[in-house]
Amino acid sequence: MKLLLDKAHIEGIRYYDVWKKNGGYQSVEKALKMAPEEIVEEVKKSGLRGRGGAGFPTGLKWSFIAKPEGVPRHLVCNADESEPGTFKDRYLMEFLPHLFIEGMIISSYALGSNTSYIYIRGEYAWIPDILEQAIAEAKAAGYLGKNILGSGFDLEIYVHRGAGAYICGEETALIESLEGKRGNPRIKPPFPAVQGAWMRPTVVNNVETIATVSPIIMIGGEEYGKIGVGKSTGTKLISACGNLNKPGVYEIPFDLSVEEFIFSDDWCGGIPKGKKLKACIPGGSSVPILPANLLLKTAKGDTRLMNYESLADGGFATGTALGSGGFIVLDEDQCVVKHTYTLARFYRHESCGQCSPCREGTGWMEKILLAIEKGKGKLSDIDLLWDIQRRIEGNTICPLGDAAAWPVAAAIRHFRDEFEWHILNPDEAQTHNYGIAHYADPLEIAV
Amino acid sequence: MVQFSEDKLKKVNEIIARYPEGKQKSALIPVLHLAQNEFGGWLSPETMDYVAGLLNILPVEVYEVATFYSMLNIKPVGKYVLEVCQTGPCMLNGSDEIIQYIEDKLGIKPGETTADGLFTLKPAECLGACGYAPMMQLGKFYREHLTKEKVDSLIEECKAGTAKVDS
Amino acid sequence: MADVPNFKVTIDNITVEVPAGTTILEAARKIGGDIAPPTMCYYSKLKGSGGKCRTCLVEVSKGSEKDPRPMPKLMASCRTTVMDGMEVKNITSDRVKDARAGVVEFLLINHPLDCPICDQAGECKLQDLGYDHGKAGTRYEFQRRTFPKHNLGDKIQLHMTRCILCYRCVMTAEQLTKKREHGVVDRGDHAQIASYLDQHLDNEFIGNIIDVCPVGALTDRTFRFKNRVWFLKPLNAHRDCPTCSGKVTIWNRGDEVFRVTARKDQWGEVEDWICNECRFEKKKTSDWVIEEVSPVSRHSVINQNKYFNLDKPKETIDEIIGKKPRLFLDIHNVSKVNEKNRDLSMIEGPANSKDFKNKQQ
Ligand SMILES: Cc1cc2nc3c(=O)[nH]c(=O)nc-3n(C[C@H](O)[C@H](O)[C@H](O)COP(=O)(O)O)c2cc1C
Ligand code: SF4
Ligand code: SF4
Ligand code: FES
Ligand code: FES
Repeated sequence: MKLLLDKAHIEGIRYYDVWKKNGGYQSVEKALKMAPEEIVEEVKKSGLRGRGGAGFPTGLKWSFIAKPEGVPRHLVCNADESEPGTFKDRYLMEFLPHLFIEGMIISSYALGSNTSYIYIRGEYAWIPDILEQAIAEAKAAGYLGKNILGSGFDLEIYVHRGAGAYICGEETALIESLEGKRGNPRIKPPFPAVQGAWMRPTVVNNVETIATVSPIIMIGGEEYGKIGVGKSTGTKLISACGNLNKPGVYEIPFDLSVEEFIFSDDWCGGIPKGKKLKACIPGGSSVPILPANLLLKTAKGDTRLMNYESLADGGFATGTALGSGGFIVLDEDQCVVKHTYTLARFYRHESCGQCSPCREGTGWMEKILLAIEKGKGKLSDIDLLWDIQRRIEGNTICPLGDAAAWPVAAAIRHFRDEFEWHILNPDEAQTHNYGIAHYADPLEIAV
Repeated sequence: MVQFSEDKLKKVNEIIARYPEGKQKSALIPVLHLAQNEFGGWLSPETMDYVAGLLNILPVEVYEVATFYSMLNIKPVGKYVLEVCQTGPCMLNGSDEIIQYIEDKLGIKPGETTADGLFTLKPAECLGACGYAPMMQLGKFYREHLTKEKVDSLIEECKAGTAKVDS
Repeated sequence: MADVPNFKVTIDNITVEVPAGTTILEAARKIGGDIAPPTMCYYSKLKGSGGKCRTCLVEVSKGSEKDPRPMPKLMASCRTTVMDGMEVKNITSDRVKDARAGVVEFLLINHPLDCPICDQAGECKLQDLGYDHGKAGTRYEFQRRTFPKHNLGDKIQLHMTRCILCYRCVMTAEQLTKKREHGVVDRGDHAQIASYLDQHLDNEFIGNIIDVCPVGALTDRTFRFKNRVWFLKPLNAHRDCPTCSGKVTIWNRGDEVFRVTARKDQWGEVEDWICNECRFEKKKTSDWVIEEVSPVSRHSVINQNKYFNLDKPKETIDEIIGKKPRLFLDIHNVSKVNEKNRDLSMIEGPANSKDFKNKQQ
């Protein structure tokens, strides 16, 4: 079942006329006849969880927004999408801008935001044009501006470009950046729902989260909540990449098995050249990497499904997380040490530098991983890496510290043998590859 | 002298108007993008001073921001900046070879600019095109599914001045 | 403030009552002694300071009377307010000790080992912290970070390699002067303190950034007897200053004033901000009315003349982590994969497309 991408194949769907002809803006018309609280209620009933990575229930988040008298509130959409492996929001904005704008209008109405912003990563330099055109079209048709559809609700939406900083995806860094500052995350509390952009109550939501509000209003929160498995309601966009025959953006049902997603021709079509699956990071670079055996089945032996609960089954010891849905597949020819090194380099590059564990620890981990990769590592480095990541995790201002620690921890947890092989066979490791020979027993090392 | 045209100044005011009154600092990053585009692909101290004046903020505030964001250049760059992604998913698909190929072809190392001032090679971290790897950003657009042949023809296009880098 | 209720908070088994809105750190300082967590970035006189260095992390073992659940993460005590009935562990928590040792290690990996030639030696918070919470030696085997030189003028010297990015000097400039000229530029582990275009800092209160700096990153260029604070006698003194309170500490020997600083309280924080004239220009004992010898309380190192030991990095793993690393297997014995020139995809193993398709049929 498709709720978001059902119209993606229609020629010209990016443009207002085509969108409108295909049932566009019905959700806005329906929503503006409801009271804002009713919309929040519908979203609560839908069980929608934030699609930006943390999976926090959206309706609940909305109900936290403070409503002090006379202070404007803002909705800020997080279109910073910079987590390696993740490129689903880009797809929505590029191909279905009006779906997204519909979600923006309804969400703004529900939250009482008369000026809403879309904070988009600077590198997506051509997408603001698409969004601004969609905004202009919607405005011309009376869905934006003053007194929309006679409801008395006014709304302007502005696109704000970032300039290259993954950390600006963290919601308080995003707000700082929107205010024209360095993307240093704020120390919470106060939370954005109380003091966000310009000290005003602010809700930050992911692009996909906001887009999903439109189908929720169309089919009703309760109906939406019935789709999916348990607390994973609705559908989810997955951006699949790495070693796959058909990488790309897919809208998946939550009862899809990981195995089917990777290998079925309806989805990613398997791994090129008949290679074997070695490992996978299913939810964006921050979530733990799993070796093939634990990816396809949980430690209990159940088939692993593409949803929040199933992917997380076993905790970090034998499970992982759905995260942002950035699905990265490594085939048998890939080196986990090298891959982990590139991620460590990424997090070092993206650390804002405010707090000591992250600023110093990310660089240290990167250097050690590079040394190992280049055949200059020592066995003690593995334990040292473990110690560093352990002391970063949970001790930083914002979750980037955790995001930097987890990939290193998981790589060591599941592929310690590969690290050891690298260190003990430094020359061979420059030309050969450890392959998939042996998986460390995850339960044994889990700490 | 650094000075926006009438047209661009109108644009600047339009941008400032998007934010609450007195919060014109919010326009800083969008205006820096404009300035970088207008004034030679980088932000000279003079440009930063000019922007500070336009937004009525301290020069150091501009400097702090300009040095934080990876897209803002505070040193001169070549006319074409080849920003090749090198993060995990792209690496799995051979971005290292693409970077090496460009290094060899242009005779520059990452971060360097060719002597003719035409090309800068700037390895980048994940640009959100992981499924279409390897890839690079060239001006406003992404070039995806890169191969050596594609790199060749891109470089030719740049040399001929026909590469599409802006809309 | 009559209607602010008082909250009871228990820190390391000692209970205090503080007004609602007080941070754990301020509550702990009320108890005093070792109960007060160390701070490298928080500064009670600077609005918005704290939260960055993570040395003041504590464990909240009970959230409050109403919601007794413990907080899962360690909290920055300088930025966490107390709740009624909250229970906090500082030095009684092994988690805290471990995390703090980690933070100290992080702060030191790129810190130069130049204490013997550093002006701040003896007054350095990082030095104190290292003694109290750090481990001897370093596990960091890479080259320490360097920065391009920045010049802040003839009054203030910046040694960027020593900076721990506490942001105190930036906040001081922001809050004490009308026109801030320096700030944090660049990002991540390259972030650094710099002035725009190497401007010289010359606001009349800018000298205070020297006093707030917890390490020797910002020092007084007019200080004429470098590196040896413990040979100088600090005296509280004052003068009739048109600009500031004129209440200072002078560091002199005989009749010569080698340095003037603001007076500091027991937490090492400035009591009254002083102006540049008092700090940089008044270098004769006769410029000052001397009151008394200043108490040197927390500056433990001043009296003891201790240094970081400059141990060589330890090489063997067992010495560092206290246990042998685990070796799972010698891969060559068990795996066909690593036989040279073997076609990997021919080896039986985890799923591949073919298996999947076969299963489907
Ligand atoms: C370092 C970091 C980067 C993040 N990047 C993004 C991002 O690019 N896009 C996004 O939607 N959320 C991102 N998040 C999560 C946001 O902080 C926030 O939780 C999210 O935007 C909330 O929206 P949601 O509830 O709709 O998911 C990031 C978080 C962290 C800590
Ligand atoms: S964890 Fe890293 S990114 Fe987050 S605030 Fe600290 S230094 Fe910045
Ligand atoms: S120079 Fe000193 S006061 Fe300023 S940030 Fe660095 S350590 Fe803190
Ligand atoms: S990893 Fe290269 S675009 Fe994401
Ligand atoms: S003193 Fe609390 S984090 Fe630095």
